[in-house]
Amino acid sequence: MAATVGIVVFPGSNCEHDVAEAVTRLGATARLVFHKETSLAGADAVVLPGGFAHGDALRPGAIARFSPVMAAVEAFAAEGGPVVGICNGFQVLCEAGLLPGALQKNRGLAFLCQEVELVTVSERSALTADVPSGTCLRVPINHFEGCYTAAPEVLAGLHERDQVVVRYADNPNGSAGDIAGVSNEAGNVVGLMPHPERASHELLGSEDGNVLLTALLKSAGRPAAALR
Amino acid sequence: MTDRPLARSLGLTDDEVDRIEAVLERDPNHLELAMFSVMWSEHCSYKSSSIHLGRLPTEAPHVLVGPGEGAGIVDCGGGVALAVRIESHNHPSAIEPYQGAATGVGGILRDIFSMGARPIAVMDPLRFGPLDDPRSRWIAEGVVAGISGYGNAVGVPTVGGELQVDPCYAGNPLVNVLALGLLPVERLVLGRASGVGNLAVLLGSTTGRDGIGGVSVLASAGFSADEEVEAAKRPNVQVGDPFEEKRLIEACLELLERGLAVGVQDLGGAGLTCATSETASKGGAGMDVWVAAVPQREPGMLPVEVMTSESQERMLAIVTPDDLAAVLDLADRWDVRATVVGEVTGTGRLRILDRQAGEVLADVPAASLEEDKPQYARPRQPPADRADRLADDPARLPLPTDCGPDLLALLAHPSIADTTWVHRQYDSQLFLNTVVAPGADAAVLRLKAPGVPAADGSKGIALTTDGNGRWCSLDPRQGTAMVVVEAALNIATAGARPLCLVNNLNFGNPEHPEVMWQLSEAIDGMAEACLALDLPVVGGNVSLYNESQGRDIDPTPIVGVVGLIDELDVPPPAVELVEGGVLVLLGGRADRAASVAGSLWADHLHGHRSGQLSPLDLARAARLGRLLVELVADGLVFGAHDVSDGGLGVCLAELCIASGLGARVIEVADASTLFSEAGGRVVVCADGDGAAAGIARRALAAGVSHQILGTVEGASLAVEDLVSVPVLELDAAWRGALPSLLR
Amino acid sequence: MPAFEVLVEVTLRPGIADPQGATIERSLPLLGVGGVSGVRVGKAIRLTVEASDDDEARRVVEDLCARFLTNPVIEDATVSVAAASMR
Repeated sequence: MAATVGIVVFPGSNCEHDVAEAVTRLGATARLVFHKETSLAGADAVVLPGGFAHGDALRPGAIARFSPVMAAVEAFAAEGGPVVGICNGFQVLCEAGLLPGALQKNRGLAFLCQEVELVTVSERSALTADVPSGTCLRVPINHFEGCYTAAPEVLAGLHERDQVVVRYADNPNGSAGDIAGVSNEAGNVVGLMPHPERASHELLGSEDGNVLLTALLKSAGRPAAALR
Repeated sequence: MTDRPLARSLGLTDDEVDRIEAVLERDPNHLELAMFSVMWSEHCSYKSSSIHLGRLPTEAPHVLVGPGEGAGIVDCGGGVALAVRIESHNHPSAIEPYQGAATGVGGILRDIFSMGARPIAVMDPLRFGPLDDPRSRWIAEGVVAGISGYGNAVGVPTVGGELQVDPCYAGNPLVNVLALGLLPVERLVLGRASGVGNLAVLLGSTTGRDGIGGVSVLASAGFSADEEVEAAKRPNVQVGDPFEEKRLIEACLELLERGLAVGVQDLGGAGLTCATSETASKGGAGMDVWVAAVPQREPGMLPVEVMTSESQERMLAIVTPDDLAAVLDLADRWDVRATVVGEVTGTGRLRILDRQAGEVLADVPAASLEEDKPQYARPRQPPADRADRLADDPARLPLPTDCGPDLLALLAHPSIADTTWVHRQYDSQLFLNTVVAPGADAAVLRLKAPGVPAADGSKGIALTTDGNGRWCSLDPRQGTAMVVVEAALNIATAGARPLCLVNNLNFGNPEHPEVMWQLSEAIDGMAEACLALDLPVVGGNVSLYNESQGRDIDPTPIVGVVGLIDELDVPPPAVELVEGGVLVLLGGRADRAASVAGSLWADHLHGHRSGQLSPLDLARAARLGRLLVELVADGLVFGAHDVSDGGLGVCLAELCIASGLGARVIEVADASTLFSEAGGRVVVCADGDGAAAGIARRALAAGVSHQILGTVEGASLAVEDLVSVPVLELDAAWRGALPSLLR
Repeated sequence: MPAFEVLVEVTLRPGIADPQGATIERSLPLLGVGGVSGVRVGKAIRLTVEASDDDEARRVVEDLCARFLTNPVIEDATVSVAAASMR
């Protein structure tokens, strides 16, 4: 049976349709979940898409984390369900405390929309399960606040516990340790700044994002324990 | 007695006041005067240009809605239509660049989604003064940041645009913005108020004192040298809120999809006055507006302020009483404020009341604000120095024996140089449609949008904006025709058939007879080119009073052209070369000497802006356009680039830079020919000698002049007897220019 | 109940890079200004809080800072409570 991907829509989200299109093309069923809902209604995986939830007021993700739907997302994550935050979704997961660290303004103080080269690190996260470590992927970034920041001891712990999911081959925004995406300790909650859905069709210049999205759909079909 | 000094301070002439008195058959009060002053402003009424605009061709079988509505709408087949519009926000951007540009994006998007279309693309043609001037740099950086800040957050990709730099824009930059949206044909709605008893629901932001009289004070007068006068204009600039607009887009599209609105109209220039009078008069109805019901941002606002405020992110929906509850529910779901502020009446009058069933503050025929507006046949006269300028042929300029240094200087000119610094700040990819991104001759998008059923097959669209004030200053008629040709060829190199054109006519002070002559000539040149190229004009905007300290800008008509690609299965040819490729010039020959009149080379390197533009053959350009579409569809074109600013030399250099490959070119007549900007020419890269010969045969059969220029080889651009420069050196000049000027 | 005007100043924690502050500091010599250093950019948030006394007002706002107004990973806040005014 095809996996059902729940895609959370906050006011100001704008990549929800893109994620839906990309996962549908890979055979999944996409369902948009409005932020005022309190249930994920049987989703096998959850994506928090990119955009500007609540207009990025105060800090990106700072208000979205209090949306009614987030309690359901936290419960789903606690049960080991795969949860991926892309770009603004990554910022929401960090604000919600589901992922370590924070995202600051890019070091160059400019918005960056460009393709970057990513290198996969962990082989066990919901987004990179069974993807050989060191796989190079061309995927676009599209953000102003994507500079990953965490305390030195937190960064050291991320490496020790295999929580670095993807890193930049050529750091575009000043992120600590070239980190482009991280997971929680269990590996089922992942956040990354690059947009895999934007590299999902040959006409868009790259299909490499499908490697990550395919891994997510596989994770969705697995018992939660397999991720650990 | 009408208060004439007050009327004048609102920008109304004495003749216009007479006209208002005749319409009302009595003296207008203050509120009525203010309403007429904004509606009859140059910005809203087109009173100086409308008698000329009628000469543009506007009809074609696929045109569903032509000029005069919020946006032009054309049928793309398969039940999908596209809505397109272009606007300017020149004056607000000169005063407060970030907000001026941001609210320009917001305003044009409302024109698109008010017609039921999901906005899927924005393009920004920009004109600034020289970037080594701190003020121009401040404007340029602020404008780009504003487009980025608003466009990215509102969730509509910015897929292209242009950046051109010329001293004539130093005091008066041009910030134009084009938006395009898609809709199911059956969802098409127009801004109409009909059905007596239907309710006027104001959606979105509160109404504040910002932007009062923006259209009459800001958009309909030039800039003076008096700093105090200019500083006083600042409160007229509005602040944009992309998050409010994003929620408005979602709420309005859902409203229209569910059939809950009789009509929807955006609030733009002239605010509530324009929105209520236009919807009422187009619907053949009247309307009552209750001022106290309008949610106000600050206490103590006067009715005249409420009625003329240009606060951003507001829409007016006409709703039946039965649907009101559903509309309010829907608005609440998106956290959008929705308030009933009036109702449709059968009187044909627009009445402003202090509250429902309260005191009548203004009472005018709804149609009169629009239909009785003045139209001026302002005096037209060619500039006094026209004959002298035409006679001053640039053939007298010294031609270099080694053209390399001049070529490098042109590549580093901001009008030509790499614009990555600009478009990297724009989200150009949202909706997974962008096949060819900013920086190319035309943007190419897949024809689809959320909430719009997929068109049959794999259709795509190509869109581009073009303008060239330098050509138009020499000859506004031919210069404008050349601009239309350039845009048409840009979409043709992407394999797209012409669908429609929108224009933004940026000119100086219409009270100067020379400016009116330029405007009239430009419209004629546009009409001639559009007829030849099968491009119906489906919308436009006229921006006048682009002047600073008494000096008018160069006439700068900017056009947006949209084309349809029947099968977008592989990316169309880019600006690039392939190994072993052969270069073919189509639409002209380079072995015959051509003039540099109007070229960037003559202007930038010799300060020469005179002479007669090289002749333009519109029929041949049309044949070339059709040939290109066929060649691309047949898979024969592996790279393509039109010959424009900087001439053939820059065209070849950019092809080399983009691919990192060199080229050896023979038989270019002389330096003048290398830098000539004669119109209607494209260089294509064929996949080898045989393929090039095939293209040449097809060109001959199609009646398109052509020349095989040379081959892709080596690591330098070598043009026999004229240029030999390593591609790496060309690349450095082209890529380094903007980052060294802008932060 | 009296109302207190409260000012929250949010700044990046010591040791967290502040590219905006650094950019401003680098530009100062261009303006001919010397002897200025330690530029840090933050934000100011003003609130009006109804509370029985200024200690309670401070407690309410400090709790808000911890849960919402700052991101403790990168930000600190200082809270200043101004004299009460009756509503």
